[in-house]
Amino acid sequence: MIEVTDLSKSFGDKVAVDHLSFTVEPGRVTGFLGPNGAGKSTTMRLILGLDHPTGGSATINGKKYAQLARPLRTVGALLEAKSVHSGRSARNHLLFLAQTQGLPGRRVDEMLDLVGLRDVANKRAGGFSLGMGQRLGVAAALLGDPQVLLLDEPVNGLDPEGVLWIRNLMKHLASQGRTVLVSSHLMNEMAVTADHLIVIGRGRLIVAAGTEEVIARGSGQTVRVRTPQPDRLTDLIVAEGGKAVLGATSNGNGTGAASSGDQAPVLTVTGVAAPRIGELAASASIVLHELTPQLGTLEDAFLELTSDSLEFGHLGAEPASQSIEGTAR
Amino acid sequence: MSITAASGQLDSAAAHASHPAGFARLMQAEWTKIRSVRSTVWTLLLFVIITVGLTALFSWLTVSNWNGPRAAPRDARVLSDPIGFIFGAGIGLGQLTICVLGVLLITTEYTTGVIRASLLAVPKRYPMLAAKLAVFGLLMLVLSEIVAFGSFFLGSAILHSRVPVSLSDAGVLRATLGAGFYLTVLGIFAVAVGALVRHTAAGISIVIGVVLVVPILAGLLPGNWGAHINAYLPQQAGSLIYAVHSSSGQLLTAWEGFGVFCIWTVLLLAAATFLLDRRDA
Repeated sequence: MIEVTDLSKSFGDKVAVDHLSFTVEPGRVTGFLGPNGAGKSTTMRLILGLDHPTGGSATINGKKYAQLARPLRTVGALLEAKSVHSGRSARNHLLFLAQTQGLPGRRVDEMLDLVGLRDVANKRAGGFSLGMGQRLGVAAALLGDPQVLLLDEPVNGLDPEGVLWIRNLMKHLASQGRTVLVSSHLMNEMAVTADHLIVIGRGRLIVAAGTEEVIARGSGQTVRVRTPQPDRLTDLIVAEGGKAVLGATSNGNGTGAASSGDQAPVLTVTGVAAPRIGELAASASIVLHELTPQLGTLEDAFLELTSDSLEFGHLGAEPASQSIEGTAR
Repeated sequence: MSITAASGQLDSAAAHASHPAGFARLMQAEWTKIRSVRSTVWTLLLFVIITVGLTALFSWLTVSNWNGPRAAPRDARVLSDPIGFIFGAGIGLGQLTICVLGVLLITTEYTTGVIRASLLAVPKRYPMLAAKLAVFGLLMLVLSEIVAFGSFFLGSAILHSRVPVSLSDAGVLRATLGAGFYLTVLGIFAVAVGALVRHTAAGISIVIGVVLVVPILAGLLPGNWGAHINAYLPQQAGSLIYAVHSSSGQLLTAWEGFGVFCIWTVLLLAAATFLLDRRDA
């Protein structure tokens, strides 16, 4: 279990982590989500004792990282930044780490087999592809059979096979009762991997909840309506206190397929629930071709949640509407 | 890729076979780091070859040109101080490889990012630096003594026909052992500077500056206080340990000078250890 309590870190005047508190429970994959520059990597480095916090604390199984006697036996970490000497072989990199923890040398070969680097174990790590380097990082993280894993952007730059491998590995490790914290700025990757999400922006906690709850919370209640009489229906919806926009969908999650061949205009309705729209249409004898409550994607939820907290102001202007435009075509 | 094996659980036998990470384990790990990078191995080899090779070359050139045209002042210098001649050429250049190696030993951890892996494995940090210094110090001591005695025996054998010099002569054994001590401490001095600046180019510039440039500049300082400053500089003080003939106005004895060099090194190490703990990695 990882406990972060009121954790803060400033670099000069720049606040990277701002009074952050959260708990990472064992037995599930916890996604650590935020835009670039939100403070994910810094938070992980603070948990791992690489950076010193300006305030607050982070503990792993109740202890600060520096207090762990053989830390790699408790915590495995894959950092985003490279931490391998390009002139050293994969085997020797793992060997020196194993030696610091008093682990037997054959543990190194087991790890090389596990990540599929046995054939290149004696090659210089500098010649490794991104994916091979990432596999070596995973081998180093799992070397001490740790109960707690911190993985910083593990799928960055991986091919689809590598992404799948990491995804299954994380789920498998969590199913064994381990604590798995994995950071990413890829929302949809987290949607399929994480059971629980911690979303941060500008170093502050935005939400910590189950993945489905975050999706539900972030996506506004919108309904997609297709009708040959959009003007009359719009009037009724506005009279009901709702809002209807012609010709746009708020979400792009696959509803386009149903529309093929149907030339009737599409209304995107907010503020009025689907059953009530049906009743309104029926009472005014308006024909409906489609009436679909929209499920949000994690991407929408994420943009909604972090829209106030993007690192760069000009990008943060109107991310939600960009999403609408992007999916309306 | 098999996911069933992905757990990678340590079997109980492996868990029992593992011991607490004592200092010996950390030294073992640091030894693995040193021997597994080609540049370290090559630099050490270069150190031995340059130092012993240049000693032999200069000794041979001197002997083969003995009494040659314009050779008289040099011949006189060799006659008056054969040990200064033997160690002057080889160690004077060979020490530069040690300056580079010492700095690289720690700065490459920062430039390659290995420092993060190292500190995750040893989060108390200073034991990692201590183990590194212990392994490198022992390695340097062995190699430096081999180089010192190799240089002495080769140089004195070549010079023998002109200038007989033996280990049993006054101060010669001390100077030869001392040459090895000097090179060892110089290596640790360079590691300390590297740990302080964490930057390869800056570290090498500083150490080579201290060894080659600062003594020349300090030599330009006028008067008595200039001489005092000069005498207590790390390289000036430390090199006394491998000299037999004391120059006029020498302020420190051989061992005092070596002590001053050691104090400089310890102070730098203390600062490096303090900052290693305080700084973000």
